[in-house]
Amino acid sequence: MAADVRLMKTAAELALADAFASVKSTLPGGADVAAQREAAFETFAEAGLPHRRVESWRYTDLRALLREAPPLAPAPGTEALARAVAACPMLAGIDARRLYVVNGTFAPDISDLANLEPGLSVASLAQVLGSGSPLAAQIGKTVPSTDAALALNTAFMGDGVVISLAEGASLSRPLHLVFVTTEAGVTATFTRSLLVMGKGASALVLESHEGPAGAAYQVNTALEAVVGEGANLERLKITAEGDEALHISTLLAQVEAGAKFANANFTVGGATIRNQLLVQLAGENIDASLSGVSLIADKQHADTMLTVEHIAPNCQSREQFRAVLDGYAQDIFQGRISVRPGAQKTDARMMSRALLLSDTAESDNKPELEIFADDVQCGHGCTTGSLDQQLKFYMMARGIPEKEVEALLIQAFVGEVIDAIGHEGVRVALADATRNWLIERK
Amino acid sequence: MTPLLEIRDLHAEIAGGRKIINGMNLTINPGEVHAIMGPNGAGKSTLSYVLSGKPGYEVTGGEVIFRGVNLLELSPDERAAQGLFLCFQYPLEIPGVSNMAFLHTAANSQRKQRGEPELTSPELVRKVRELGKKLGIDTDMLKRPVNVGFSGGEKKRNETLQMMLLEPYLSILDEADSGLDIDALKVVSNGVNLMRSPERSMLVITHYQRLLDYIVPDVVHVFAAGRIVHTGGKELALELEATGYAQYQNEAA
Amino acid sequence: MAAVQETVEQVRSIDVDQYKYGFETQIESEKAPKGLSEEVIRFISAKKEEPEWMLEWRLDAYRRWLNMSEPTWARVDFPQIDFQDLYYYAAPKKFKAPKSLDEVDPEILKTYEKLGIPLREQEILAGVEVPEGERPKIAVDAVFDSVSVATTFKEELKAAGVIFMPISEALREHPDLVKKYLGSVVPTTDNFYATLNSAVFSDGSFVYIPPGVRCPMELSTYFRINEKNTGQFERTLIIADAGSYVSYLEGCTAPQRDENQLHAAVVELVVLDDAEIKYSTVQNWYPGDAEGKGGIYNFVTKRGDCRGKNSKISWTQVETGSAITWKYPSCVLRGEGSSGEFYSIAISNGRQQVDSGTKMIHLGKNTTSRIISKGISAGRSNNTYRGLVSAHKKALGARNFTNCDSLLIGDQCGAHTVPYIEAKNPKAQFEHEATTSKISEDMLFYCMQRGLSQEDAVALVVNGFVRDVLQQLPMEFAVEAQKLISISLEGSVG
Repeated sequence: MAADVRLMKTAAELALADAFASVKSTLPGGADVAAQREAAFETFAEAGLPHRRVESWRYTDLRALLREAPPLAPAPGTEALARAVAACPMLAGIDARRLYVVNGTFAPDISDLANLEPGLSVASLAQVLGSGSPLAAQIGKTVPSTDAALALNTAFMGDGVVISLAEGASLSRPLHLVFVTTEAGVTATFTRSLLVMGKGASALVLESHEGPAGAAYQVNTALEAVVGEGANLERLKITAEGDEALHISTLLAQVEAGAKFANANFTVGGATIRNQLLVQLAGENIDASLSGVSLIADKQHADTMLTVEHIAPNCQSREQFRAVLDGYAQDIFQGRISVRPGAQKTDARMMSRALLLSDTAESDNKPELEIFADDVQCGHGCTTGSLDQQLKFYMMARGIPEKEVEALLIQAFVGEVIDAIGHEGVRVALADATRNWLIERK
Repeated sequence: MTPLLEIRDLHAEIAGGRKIINGMNLTINPGEVHAIMGPNGAGKSTLSYVLSGKPGYEVTGGEVIFRGVNLLELSPDERAAQGLFLCFQYPLEIPGVSNMAFLHTAANSQRKQRGEPELTSPELVRKVRELGKKLGIDTDMLKRPVNVGFSGGEKKRNETLQMMLLEPYLSILDEADSGLDIDALKVVSNGVNLMRSPERSMLVITHYQRLLDYIVPDVVHVFAAGRIVHTGGKELALELEATGYAQYQNEAA
Repeated sequence: MAAVQETVEQVRSIDVDQYKYGFETQIESEKAPKGLSEEVIRFISAKKEEPEWMLEWRLDAYRRWLNMSEPTWARVDFPQIDFQDLYYYAAPKKFKAPKSLDEVDPEILKTYEKLGIPLREQEILAGVEVPEGERPKIAVDAVFDSVSVATTFKEELKAAGVIFMPISEALREHPDLVKKYLGSVVPTTDNFYATLNSAVFSDGSFVYIPPGVRCPMELSTYFRINEKNTGQFERTLIIADAGSYVSYLEGCTAPQRDENQLHAAVVELVVLDDAEIKYSTVQNWYPGDAEGKGGIYNFVTKRGDCRGKNSKISWTQVETGSAITWKYPSCVLRGEGSSGEFYSIAISNGRQQVDSGTKMIHLGKNTTSRIISKGISAGRSNNTYRGLVSAHKKALGARNFTNCDSLLIGDQCGAHTVPYIEAKNPKAQFEHEATTSKISEDMLFYCMQRGLSQEDAVALVVNGFVRDVLQQLPMEFAVEAQKLISISLEGSVG
């Protein structure tokens, strides 16, 4: 009776299959990696491109959005590298070690690889996959997932940054992974990065993604992070792609006992942006926080899908998401807190709030709780609406013009997330970026 | 003397609904303190909202001239910049916006609209701290988001601080004493009295006479059924306390 | 800590076999041939002496159903149902629509008496003029397996202009009304179970409240599945015409059996301008035994359409029974200013699986909705709240407040919350909050320190937890529901 509906393969699916067949022999890695790619492509081929009836992609129909499979972006030439160096003005004020991935290829020539702190090692993914380094074995093992977009990433992963931080090591300044697409054509990149932190290590990792306006390029990027016992990882991901870009990103994080993990997403650019966060709290006494701000307008579409799995007892997790929507923008938040049997004393709270500035914006929220242990405190909240008219009047009655009142209230709205970020420079940069977005809005 | 505020045959209603202000006249000269007293539901708060331009109220007739300009044509912030201040009966909480940032933005927005030089941060901080001291508002409260988690008394003190900082020509105090204990009432009325000067006026809206012991009015009006039905001196307030509003309500009807 | 430990122990030892209503009535019955086919549908339709269009309607549904598949998105797990191994029609033998209670088989009257619904006594009491207010009158339509066996207070309701009768009778007596509204809220093709129901429904209640009438008493339908291997597919249709009001109660029980039994009902509510329907359910179908053997599969489609301006629908449900519950009483808020409410208590114990919630679909301007859902899971059960709140482009000023709380008793059960919140305009204001926790040890300690036994303390806390919803039930029902909650959690909540 419950016969599966077999969908016809779309042109994009067929093109992806052709593309995989023709490029797989040129992709980095030995036989093990090749087998892993084949298995991943098989996973993808079975499921096909995610569509409305795949619950986790309910609001982003990739099957409809992805009409073709563009060619892989070529490795950058000197001119592309020269342009890439100027990327991410938003974080320019922050003194960081910048590592560049240009058009999907790690660019050591322009990356800051001098005087690496003790315990820090940096390599390209292509290098690691090719060398049979023990780190290569970690790829694809961090958090199990059958997500079709991630499977595509695994099948096609070309390059990325592999960072390891030894036990107890800490960084004197943040790492900044700069992902840039310089090609104005229709290309695709599949980058995969890995961050492995030893016991008690600590790092602030910034990650930015940007590219040219007017080009319908596609980015499928993933980061696997292993946060060792008692380690401390703070990560910020900025998505500021060009106005026609399709950007899919997956974070796979495995967090060990006693660690602290804070992840923030800041989304402003791209036509379709999908952020997937799969986080496993594998040991006790973890303090995890996932947060995000989306500032989108026109026909932008931003979709955040996250799952935090409380596997071990006594962990705390906080999820805080804010979306400000103008024009015809659509923001989606699908979050799930999952408490496995035995994960007693879990303390988890999730809050998503959307502010609609135009009559044509849309906000969809699905904050989910899945609880299999009784001694827990879990909650989620969600609000959508426009700016509070009473508040607006109160502030205008104090002499503040309407546009400025709105700006103040919007900044306060996203400030709840930004203010929780540990690094002051990052806070300032994001507050400035919010202001700029508001100025451009008018 | 040119009046500061002139309300002529004002008619107003809640948008698409009930008529609340019904042919009201009132003239306030510079330096005068007027009290408007009346039974609950007479439309006293509506009057304060109509004067300050709250959306959702519709003026259906009459005019309001404030310092020579037609007040009804201005947006709420423009009215504020003209020197009109409404001390809210229930001040709103603004999460995420610190008191100090709010005061700074408000003060300088008004100055900018009036073409006056803006205050620098240190100037403003000094001014606010001085006022805070007079009103018993500590630095910590100034750092916190506007009115968030403040007690009723603290909110009213905060309103008074805003008023003293913004130095309006006309302050409308809407039930300024509601929710205040006697000590807070003294602090707030002290602040208001400090503001009294030959060019500044007040419109004190209240149901009880109690507040008028502390802010002594020059003129007292009885407001019923949407207009002023009787006017007298400060002794009228005491009389009302004794006799109630019933006779005037009949008059209005 | 010790207190909680003990509670957990007690929950483990809960005897879920103490279902009070598990007896079986010995009565001969007449059944349609086993299985589903056009012939069986023709049989049912003929039995009911239905008009031709009704038969066509059923057959159309059946043909569509053949091409549909069962929904799989709910968090429930059960073996494939063999739809050819069921009886789709069972009626007490010698059954002929009774003209009065005297014609009803005494065995059936006894059954309802045992269930606490003394049909005869109600009528007699009404006859002897009980002092006003001493015992509120409730008109009852009693549905036994596939047919309505008795409807009380018919005359009194008729005087008020209220139509309250079995839907099979309404099809004959008021065909135009039925034709106009049947399937207008839950279309035949709505979902697998609703389509099945459209093809085979055998009886249920029909209510029509004329314009401006406030129904003089509570209306109630009492459903009882008695036969083995029988699916129950009743259909309820309630229409509140302009400016009218009705409060409607629904209760259900079934005998204790080892096999699972299917209950796939459809309830449609239509509310016109300024009218209101208050619909309350206490669902206590047999839940199966502690190991999950037997019990009712309760796959029900309930939906109300606030068609008129300022119309209102309020759903209140207390769900304690059934092996599996799949049920989402919903409101389509079409009329300007209309409002919908959903108050729910869902309790699961043993191996029960509950996937229940609501949909509030805001289409009209200034529509409001409110959802209060309280889930309590114990034993090895799974309890899921699933809900949708959506505002369409034109639903300016739509407002929703949702609160869903879950309480877990014991560490072998699951509590899940799956809300969908979709806003397509900025003038819609939605607020949603949900919490999951266990009974607070501090609260238990506080109560016990004041002298309450542990059981009483737990009962007190649980009652406090569900109070917001219980308050929504008509008084008599609330008392009944409170008792039921205690029984469902027996051992842990006294």
